[in-house]
Amino acid sequence: MNRLRLLGQKHVRVQFSTAAALLAPLLLVLLAMLFIPLVVLAAMGLRGADGALTLDNYLAVLVNPRYRNGLLTSIGLASAVTTATLVASTTLAYTVVRDQPPATALIRALLTFPLSFPGIVVGFMTIILFGRTGALPALTQQLVGVPLLQIAYTLPGLFVAYLYFEIPRITLALAEAIEQVDARYEAAARTLGARPVQVFVLVLLPLLRSALISSSALAFATSMGAFGTAYTLAQRITILPIQIYDAYTVSFEFELASAMAVVLGLITMVALGVYRAAVGSAYQQQEQ
Amino acid sequence: MQRISVWRSARIIWLLATLLFLLAPVVITVFGSFSARWGRTPWEAFTLEWYGYVFRTYGQAIRVSLLVGACTVVITTLIGIPAGYALARYRFWGRALLEDALLLPLTLPGLALGLAIVQTYVILRGQLLLLIIGHVVFTLPYMVQMVTASLRTGNVLRLEAAAASLGANWFQRFFLVTLPSIRNTVVAAGLAVATLSLGEFNLSYFLYSPLAMPLPVGMYEAYASLRIEIGSAFTTLFVALLLPLLLVGQLLGRTRATSST
Repeated sequence: MNRLRLLGQKHVRVQFSTAAALLAPLLLVLLAMLFIPLVVLAAMGLRGADGALTLDNYLAVLVNPRYRNGLLTSIGLASAVTTATLVASTTLAYTVVRDQPPATALIRALLTFPLSFPGIVVGFMTIILFGRTGALPALTQQLVGVPLLQIAYTLPGLFVAYLYFEIPRITLALAEAIEQVDARYEAAARTLGARPVQVFVLVLLPLLRSALISSSALAFATSMGAFGTAYTLAQRITILPIQIYDAYTVSFEFELASAMAVVLGLITMVALGVYRAAVGSAYQQQEQ
Repeated sequence: MQRISVWRSARIIWLLATLLFLLAPVVITVFGSFSARWGRTPWEAFTLEWYGYVFRTYGQAIRVSLLVGACTVVITTLIGIPAGYALARYRFWGRALLEDALLLPLTLPGLALGLAIVQTYVILRGQLLLLIIGHVVFTLPYMVQMVTASLRTGNVLRLEAAAASLGANWFQRFFLVTLPSIRNTVVAAGLAVATLSLGEFNLSYFLYSPLAMPLPVGMYEAYASLRIEIGSAFTTLFVALLLPLLLVGQLLGRTRATSST
């Protein structure tokens, strides 16, 4: 390690220019395809119908009942999905890591598999399960004579679809976090007479605090921004991503669509900030 | 003890039920794609008609996506390795800021980014180039992060130090020591990039040209036609395309290509 440090000092003067040269293509791509477009997007949102500078579009998202309703529905849906995912995934992750189920490696691989599905495929899987000719309506037709649970194209259907993509990613993230927790804490609590529920709630959950926060932020952000799933299932449900798309391609309100996209982007940025803060504090905890 | 094992069984059943929820629709899709009538099993009424339809109608879309995916992987690798190296080996002003900026394309909704790009480059709209660069900015963070993480492991550092102490210059170290020792990571990251590019819908939907429709947009069209058999055949084909990429990625290490929703 000392040798490495010496090596570093020897090259300290050329470091900056070398680093700049190696990073130049990356910076160019980020500038051209990320930063400039985002500035243009925010500026588009500031343009009125007559081309003058205005805050009307941004205000419309918050004040106009139709758009405010879409924003609130999106936030409500994302919150409900995040809560349900967290409850489901915490127990699932615990089972994967601590209960030593048979074929753990296979179970992990099977959980990883749906992560590669883009949103539209998740939407299609929901149609397969809950659509008009879906598996569950067909099953209830057989069992009770009436097709039930044809919910694919409704808000509850959207909720189930979002769970489909959230549960595997949050379960795997929490499983990694549980692996970092020393099992001896739980064993010690059990030895001292704690019941299994007490061990879970009073010992394990507090140790997972930052992982739970970062997972919530991640789940909330992906649910807020999900477009493909919603577009496949819920073209009539007024959630923010669908409204953005409609404003841009159906009613050609480019400025309003841009303002709504900026609001959506800002909400996911806040979630990202929470994620970063939680992950950062997790690192500090580990170093301590 | 009895009670604990009952709870454990309940939790494992819960896990299996979740896996059923995630995987049953995939199995139904595959079965449905080979059945002449929806709701029948393939061995009752086997057909390849739906696949024929998909190849005839969307063969071009599959070719477009394979081309875009290949270009994206090559560009991302060429940009990502040097950038990852710089982030892992040099200290410079703004490094933490840059690493934070790299998280942006991962969390920013593809819809918002697509809308931003298409309104910035109105002239390039419908060019395949725009679609490819869009995919590059969306997948670069994966490549850079994986390369950086791999280069920060002590093993590569020690090998580089050993090579340097034996008199290897920068180029010799980079090409003969560093690159070979992160080869598996680069391949795994490349596979993840290919997976993401092949499935990327949200961004592509704003950037594609109707003359060169990519695979996910074609797949969406098949879904919107409400012919569930054709949607199933296309989805099965897509999953079959992804499966080798995912399997090799799993063998090479714990990498996860998390598609955008």
